[in-house]
Amino acid sequence: MTIGPILSALARHRIAAMLITLEIALACAVLCNAFFLVSSRLDLMRIDSGVDEASLATLKLRGCEECNAADLQGRVMQALQSVPGLQSAAMVNTVPFGEPTGNAGICLDSECKQFAGVPHFYAFTRGATDTLGLKVVAGRNFTPADYQGSEGFFPADSQVWITRALAEHLWPGQDPLGREFWLAQFHFRVAGVLAHFARPDPGRSENGVVSAEWSIIVPIAPDAWQGAYVQRGLFVLRADPLDLPRVLAAAKAAAARAVPEAVIDQAASAPLVQLRERYFQTDRTMAGLLVAVIAAMLLVTALGIVGLASFWVAQRTKQIGIRRALGATRTDILRYFQTENFLLASGGIVLGMLLAYGGNQLLMRYFELARLPVSYLPIGALLLWIVGQLAVLGPALRAAAIPPVVATRST
Amino acid sequence: MFAYYLQLALRGLRRNPVLTGLMVLSIAVGIGAAMTTLTVMHLLSGDPLPGRSQHIFYPQVDASPAGVQNTEPFDMLDYTSAMDLWRAQRADRQALVVNSEIKLRAADSGTNALMSTMLSTHADFFPMFNVPFAHGAGWTAEDDDRHARVAVISADLNDKLFGGGDSVGRILHVRDADLRIVGVLAPWRPSPQYYSVAGGRFAQGDTAGYYAKPADVLAPLSTGLDINDGHFQPMTCWEVPSIPGYLRQSPCVWLQLWVQLDDADKVAAYRRFLDGYVAQQHTLGRIAHVDRTRLRSLMGWLDFNRVVPRDVRLQSWLAVAFLAICLFNTVGLLLAKFLRRGGEIGVRRALGASRGAVFGQLLTEAVVIGLAGGVLGLLLTLAGLWAVRLQPVEYAPLIHLDVAMFAATFALALVASLGAGLFPAMRASRIAPAIQLKSL
Repeated sequence: MTIGPILSALARHRIAAMLITLEIALACAVLCNAFFLVSSRLDLMRIDSGVDEASLATLKLRGCEECNAADLQGRVMQALQSVPGLQSAAMVNTVPFGEPTGNAGICLDSECKQFAGVPHFYAFTRGATDTLGLKVVAGRNFTPADYQGSEGFFPADSQVWITRALAEHLWPGQDPLGREFWLAQFHFRVAGVLAHFARPDPGRSENGVVSAEWSIIVPIAPDAWQGAYVQRGLFVLRADPLDLPRVLAAAKAAAARAVPEAVIDQAASAPLVQLRERYFQTDRTMAGLLVAVIAAMLLVTALGIVGLASFWVAQRTKQIGIRRALGATRTDILRYFQTENFLLASGGIVLGMLLAYGGNQLLMRYFELARLPVSYLPIGALLLWIVGQLAVLGPALRAAAIPPVVATRST
Repeated sequence: MFAYYLQLALRGLRRNPVLTGLMVLSIAVGIGAAMTTLTVMHLLSGDPLPGRSQHIFYPQVDASPAGVQNTEPFDMLDYTSAMDLWRAQRADRQALVVNSEIKLRAADSGTNALMSTMLSTHADFFPMFNVPFAHGAGWTAEDDDRHARVAVISADLNDKLFGGGDSVGRILHVRDADLRIVGVLAPWRPSPQYYSVAGGRFAQGDTAGYYAKPADVLAPLSTGLDINDGHFQPMTCWEVPSIPGYLRQSPCVWLQLWVQLDDADKVAAYRRFLDGYVAQQHTLGRIAHVDRTRLRSLMGWLDFNRVVPRDVRLQSWLAVAFLAICLFNTVGLLLAKFLRRGGEIGVRRALGASRGAVFGQLLTEAVVIGLAGGVLGLLLTLAGLWAVRLQPVEYAPLIHLDVAMFAATFALALVASLGAGLFPAMRASRIAPAIQLKSL
């Protein structure tokens, strides 16, 4: 089909053609960026915490800061032994999707000439890595001697585990085992590497999404908690997923009896699945909203195309009749309107891609968002082409149904 | 004449109910989306202290050692700087603020202990920020000086612990201390909780927490430091503190100072005072960064912290773009509708209707569509705001449609429909009568 006649017909309806093109362009620009926003939210929500969330829950005690931490741990752990179904438990400073407690900047040298970002420090007592089911992919397990006491923030020298993501950030392409880093006067040496272990606040910490898995695990003895600048009284529990709610309730009751001077933090004492859901609540809402806007936008665009195409069909009834009388088949008429729409959509899409890029520049400037990957542009384009073709199909079929005899009528 | 146009418009609209419905719906969803998000934006970005905010300032100095590479001073103050600035008494009113977690119990009630937040501050906090009282009043400057064991509690806490009513004189257990209640606040929900805003530039746009409820207990700073020491959280430290939680001697920032300066001269004088203080501390060797001194106004400080959550700002942009799409759509549909009536318009023109009369009539039709879209859009806005209130975010209870936004909805609907109708009406009114008559 030659597009010459279509173009000259469009040229006679410049304004209407321009309007629909602009509408498609704007839709394309918003669509590409909205898709990108949705997919970055979904990516964040899919983050691998590195632990078997379904089997884990937290139990958090507050207001017992005057308690001796080792004694607190002893009392709670003993009380937990009476909870049937509890497979294991251990004291930790926090868990993924819990409250961040140890964000601190680290350096690659003791004088801190090379600042290396702000990872999160997990402090784990004995049994915590097993309770969480963390296994190193390189290096060694912690030995009892690694769990040291301390008077300050951390032991002066610690053997730690870090994640592969952090290792790659600190020493790209190199073997991280045995490497050292510093936090003020505290010295750390990498003993093991974890495939995945999210920080408590993935995506919302200082370095954003990049640092979602910048986690460090420091083995620590409970008596170090006394002086350690980490929150006390958080226990991680493991049980069969089906049994977990009951085990957690029983554990809360047992802990309340064992440590009556503490207040059980009901909101923070929850299955990890629930903590994760709560953590990503706003992202889920935002993604849902974006999808709704995308759908509404496509619908409005489609309705606009239907309306305008219907108008054109009605206006050209006579011409169509003449073409039919001159030998054009129904398919020819159908093709005509489809091609016309394809041309309009293409014009809109080309303009829309420029707008999408411009919009992304604004988003990058005002919302600190990432650059729109080029791969999102064809998605928006394809979708608008499809929507355009579907929207025009109805009016085009109606046009194709116009009999040649119309040409002989006066209107 | 207008009544006649209106009649014609209604008849014209009825003739093509599907197309009319599409246009009304298109405008309605555009307005609904735009007004929902703009209302949230408007409520979250408003002045939390109207009429007073221009007199409220946030002084900042940076006491970190020479090696610390910042372009801006820290968002809070270290203890020494904070106390020096406060003691200097150079402002019309001034108050330090710091939030900390407390364990709390009503002395004479059987309720269990609960964890809550205490705002430690100074007597000036109440008049400076116009804090409303239901019973009693704030404490006095003398109470600040003599570490008085007094407290002001929120309306919420008063309901929870004492079942509402005047509980002035009752005793509150905070940690191991007994505080006598001197005042009960009326319901008070600053939006945002401006006096504790800090660190917005590191929050990745996740600033919904700034709209949380204010603290349940307010107590003099001196008292707070006495009874809750060891439970203060630093905002950040440039060195690891020797004893965590005890921040008075620590290399950490954790306090915020607010000052009231009633006129421009006082603002200028306070700036000079800050510079002088920093210069003096520099010669003493305590402060290394003489250039990192700021005195931002309340609104300036909120802007600097980008208090409106990123998602809310994003949604507003998205909704405005969506409204634009809906309007393009409406323009297209109106154009199609008007031009389709070329015959009718031609007849009217041939019978003597002026171009202006046709234009007026078509524009009336567009405005009727716009108003119908506006009414439906208003309903959608109400539904949208209701949906926002269901969200588990801190600002959800603050969301409502105020008079200004109610009026704005209709104004937007009217402007949008006039804008959308203007061009098609102009175009259609230019139809030459002769050609149309010939084709009839």
